[in-house]
Amino acid sequence: MADAHDELISLHRQMLLIRRFEEAAARAYSQGKVGGFLHLYIGQEASAVGALATLGAGDSVVGTYRDHGLALARGVTARACMAELYGKVTGCSKGLGGSMHFFDAEKRMLGGDGIVGGHVPVAAGVAFASKYRGERDVTLCFLGEGAVSIGGFHEALSLAALWSLPLIVIVENNEYSMGTPLSRTLSVHDTSEKAHGYGIARDRFHAHDVLEVKRRVGEAVARARETSRPTLIEVQTYRYRGHSMSDPGKYRTADEIEAAKKTDAIAGAELALRAAGLGDAFFAEVERSVDAEVDDAVRFADESAEPGEELIEALTYA
Amino acid sequence: MRELRYREALREALAEEMERDPGVFLMGEEVGYYQGAYKVTEGLLERFGARRVIDTPIAEEGFAGIGIGAAMAGLRPVIEFMTMNFSAVAFDQILNHAAKIRQMSGGQFKCPIVFRGPNGAARQTGAQHSQCFEAFYTHIPGLKVVAPATPADAKGLLKAAIRDDNPVLVLEDERLYGVKGEVPDGDFVVPLGVSALRREGDEATVVTWGKMLPVTLAACEELAKEGVACDVIDLRSLRPLDLGPVLRSVAKTGRALVVQESWPFGGVGAEVVDRIQREAFDALRGPVLRVTGRDAPMPYNKHLEDLTIPSADTVARGVRALLAW
Repeated sequence: MADAHDELISLHRQMLLIRRFEEAAARAYSQGKVGGFLHLYIGQEASAVGALATLGAGDSVVGTYRDHGLALARGVTARACMAELYGKVTGCSKGLGGSMHFFDAEKRMLGGDGIVGGHVPVAAGVAFASKYRGERDVTLCFLGEGAVSIGGFHEALSLAALWSLPLIVIVENNEYSMGTPLSRTLSVHDTSEKAHGYGIARDRFHAHDVLEVKRRVGEAVARARETSRPTLIEVQTYRYRGHSMSDPGKYRTADEIEAAKKTDAIAGAELALRAAGLGDAFFAEVERSVDAEVDDAVRFADESAEPGEELIEALTYA
Repeated sequence: MRELRYREALREALAEEMERDPGVFLMGEEVGYYQGAYKVTEGLLERFGARRVIDTPIAEEGFAGIGIGAAMAGLRPVIEFMTMNFSAVAFDQILNHAAKIRQMSGGQFKCPIVFRGPNGAARQTGAQHSQCFEAFYTHIPGLKVVAPATPADAKGLLKAAIRDDNPVLVLEDERLYGVKGEVPDGDFVVPLGVSALRREGDEATVVTWGKMLPVTLAACEELAKEGVACDVIDLRSLRPLDLGPVLRSVAKTGRALVVQESWPFGGVGAEVVDRIQREAFDALRGPVLRVTGRDAPMPYNKHLEDLTIPSADTVARGVRALLAW
């Protein structure tokens, strides 16, 4: 029990860090310090944090353009992430990737991909490499439910199933493909049903409880590690913010968003920890340390150097 | 030195690199049990096993992407497209993933992968199966593109492509697969980005690559009988592009013609023309000309197909037009 308690303390802090980091990123965007697209993960934190808590150092993570939470949960520093948003050379992709392209070779974070569904075959290839080498590493691939309609998702699942690759595909169903609700993009409510067509294992659950996310994804990770079989998982979640910063959000009501917040996983984790005896002083300290980490990241990003012109062509070829 | 067919030279390159590096594997439609749609991979399944010679379903985006992910994870995949035409359905993987990973990751990841298969017209395969892809792929920073015209280059360039740390498109040719030529013994590697002088003459410089090389050489053989001797330069590698020998030749001849099988709009020939006019302007006696494929989808009819692709006659006419300027 003590282990689970300590773990929840850690996961709660990770989720809070992602949320505060992204709130700071949104402020920086409004100030013009962050450019391009900024897709926030706020509301979905338990998905990445719970899922990545199951991984070891040799496992790999591949995600979409909504990748800040993934990178932070994978242990990429807030400094490197914020600096990337600021386009600074100290960023996790040297300021050449931006919000949508967070990479960290050491942490085995392989993007940050901006083409919907295009990264799923790539993730399958990373899993293929593990199997080819006879290693026990697994690959987690994240995508939104909006990506379930595109071909790359299906070809990747088809091949991962055929070749029995150690791949876990996690569809984060946040109910909206940009501004279009799932009911208008898919003929099924449950995207994990797509697994039937490929004869692979499936699972579906809410991301209300980060420990439950960890437990359920952990089953799939164990299956991949032990038997090299892929799994398709739908994590039911909700993003409180728009698709990107330019989203006016006219496709849903404020009431709907407020209702979703009632099952907020960070609040849920806090309640569970309070029930286990932790009090205001503890949570104040967590808030303080998270704020300090984010403030430090913002300051670091602000003060870091821009990448030099010499990098424009230099990083095109190996 | 032995005489090998172009497809045998490719096969030797694959086998030698697979022997040399356990991270090299081959993946594509019909590459294993079927022995290759064009028999390039004949015998490789028996020699290296199904772990390294992998038959795929018809899912180019899927297996091209799997190759890219495997390359990012440190392997050296060789992805065969049954024809380059089918690479079009994997274009997103090549354009947005293979070519971008290095830069988008701030240089943390590399993508050492080869995409290979026959490019351009076969024989009467119609509009969807006769296309040249060099204009598309050479346009993209992050990719390298080669187009071997001889069995020796087929072997040497493929070996160099497999060893390269970047995505390399190897544009083979169905009409060349059966062509025989001398191939040096041993570990024969042709570096990427080095063009080759194939024939010498003072009257004009003719630049080409791939299956247009034998066509161009045939044209120049005929022209030689009329007393017109040409330098013929085989680019071999289209990106990186080695125009040093071309510029030196133009300095001598003052006339240049580019021969390409592909469509005229934009493309590699246009790039070569631009470079010649900028870098050898003072030597030129007239405009740099091109002989290209006709600006239309490939017709099925044999007579029309022959008229659509440059022939020795059209190349010779191109050289005469240079001389008449």
